[in-house]
Amino acid sequence: MDYVIELKDLTKRFGNITAVDKLSIKVPSGKIFGLLGPNGSGKSTTIRMICGIIKPTSGHGTVMGFDIVKESEKIKKSIGYMSQKFSLYEDLTVKENMDFYSSIYGLDKKERTERERIIIDMMELHDRENQIVSTLSGGWKQRLSLGCALLHNPKFIILDEPTSGVDPVSRRLFWNTIKKLTSEGLSVLVTTHYMEEAQESDFVAFMFNGHLLTFGTPSEIIKENNSNNLEDVFIKYVNEHGGMDKL
Amino acid sequence: MSISRLFAIIKKEFTQIKRDKPSLVISIVMPLAMLFLFGYAVSTEVDHIPMAVFDQSKTQESRDFINAYRNSLYFNPDYYVDNIDELNNLLDTGIVKAGLIIPPDFSQYKNKMTNVLLKIDGSDPTTARTALSSGIMVSQHFSNKNTEEELSKKGMHIPNIGIDLSTKVEYNPDLNTLTFTIPGLLGLVMQNITIILTAFALVREKEKGTMEQLIVTPIKSVELMIGKLIPYILIGYTDFLMVLALSIYWFCVPVNGSIFLLLLLGFDFIICALAIGMLISTAAKTQTQAMQGAFMVLLPTIILSGFIFPREQMPSVIRAISDVIPLTYFLDILRGIIIKGVNANLLLNQIIVMTSMGFALLLIAVLRFRKRLD
Ligand SMILES: Nc1ncnc2c1ncn2[C@@H]1O[C@H](COP(=O)(O)OP(=O)(O)O)[C@@H](O)[C@H]1O
Ligand SMILES: [Mg+2]
Repeated sequence: MDYVIELKDLTKRFGNITAVDKLSIKVPSGKIFGLLGPNGSGKSTTIRMICGIIKPTSGHGTVMGFDIVKESEKIKKSIGYMSQKFSLYEDLTVKENMDFYSSIYGLDKKERTERERIIIDMMELHDRENQIVSTLSGGWKQRLSLGCALLHNPKFIILDEPTSGVDPVSRRLFWNTIKKLTSEGLSVLVTTHYMEEAQESDFVAFMFNGHLLTFGTPSEIIKENNSNNLEDVFIKYVNEHGGMDKL
Repeated sequence: MSISRLFAIIKKEFTQIKRDKPSLVISIVMPLAMLFLFGYAVSTEVDHIPMAVFDQSKTQESRDFINAYRNSLYFNPDYYVDNIDELNNLLDTGIVKAGLIIPPDFSQYKNKMTNVLLKIDGSDPTTARTALSSGIMVSQHFSNKNTEEELSKKGMHIPNIGIDLSTKVEYNPDLNTLTFTIPGLLGLVMQNITIILTAFALVREKEKGTMEQLIVTPIKSVELMIGKLIPYILIGYTDFLMVLALSIYWFCVPVNGSIFLLLLLGFDFIICALAIGMLISTAAKTQTQAMQGAFMVLLPTIILSGFIFPREQMPSVIRAISDVIPLTYFLDILRGIIIKGVNANLLLNQIIVMTSMGFALLLIAVLRFRKRLD
């Protein structure tokens, strides 16, 4: 089987906080992978190591076969990343942000015009092209973020809480887009707080306090835990392990 | 290195500057404000010192004496008082900076020693020093001239012996303060604008979180760095040209030396300022911190570089500090070329030190400027 992510004992410490603790996981390519866990469980830290934003304290990892430390420049060419905090330019317009990122990804003029048109259609950003980003509401900003992450035709997209604080219409659009992209062969990593959303993933993993608790398809995990849905599983985990960690 | 990526960053940076009021103010208003403020306000020339006169003689002789003060242009003897208390009061309130007390028997000065008292407000040493020296000069001149006349009338004359000191002031014969201040300002403006803007621009991406997105793109550190710096080199240099044009055409301070050399070394200095700005940005996490850092660097350079206070009079420790400030050398260069009109040979030391400092700073800054966040 072809794995988009393979992590082995990946660990990240900030001072005395262990944000990610010996995380080992293998995620198959071409699927939607939902990384779940309460706030502070280490999801963003894991993602930032995968993207080459921060270096692991110890352990190894590959993304699409490339080492996340030594070959992160190769990884960067074929991933699209949407960070948890909005990180495009608020003082530029929608179009200017897109132009900027397509140039940074090395798209030539023709490709750029074409890709930008496709993205604007996909994210339904018509009429907002010349709007300054700081004047957009949360949902529209997130659409633009996803759009910019897709400009260069990445093979793997990594979305850190793309739907938090987003209106239901945009959220629907997001998931439809994600599904459509995986049907075209893309791999997706997405973190979320919404368990009904997580249910739409092909695989999910639960993280807690930097540890990986479980990994599998949503139906497997629900069955293993004798629950009705992922939300119940999530609450069960938090209660069990939250209690344990207080000792 | 990809040229199109470089252009994308430069374009983006200019768009951001265009929309950011503080950046616009710093790059356009600040150089002009500094030039005109320093050009006009920090003139250390003192003349037309307001002066009170207590003339107890009220004779032709005393009036001639007062006129001699007025004609020197250093004093404005406009306040005539009738008693000493009134004169003291004017000095106390600061309405006048000097008071001239002429004794009742002043008209006898050609025949006997006469005591005139010039009281000076010493709270502002610059004014006081001028008042003191020009006061002495005026009265000595007046006394010599008139006693000589009197002697020759009596058939005596002073033999032509002794020392006659002739003076010739080089480079700035009128001792015009502007001629001295303006070239220094040129360096100061360029330094301040470049350091502040550079530090701001580099920290902005960190503070706003936009760096996070940039890091996951295939952009290289050098491209990001050069792309972000070029706009500020351009702005800093444009400001330099603008201030230079204003000094020549508005303040009438001509460039006596080679303008080409000036333009070349101006570019050299921009590199120093840029590197300092970068270094500040690598230490700061927010724009506020960058601002504080910039002021911590700028303030000592203004005071120690020789822009205001002559370095020759500094205690050796302070002087040693001023030796490591690039602006110190650039001021020497600016004043050398603009005022003295000297050529590169005579400024070789300064040029070498400044250039080496620029490269050293740039090297450290580049090494510290990492693409990774941790
Ligand atoms: N840059 C950092 N410096 C210090 N601590 C950090 C940093 N980033 C994250 N952490 C800590 O690591 C832990 C995991 O955080 P994070 O990965 O953001 O969790 P999640 O994304 O699951 O909410 C938290 O305790 C957080 O405070
Ligand atoms: Mg997070």
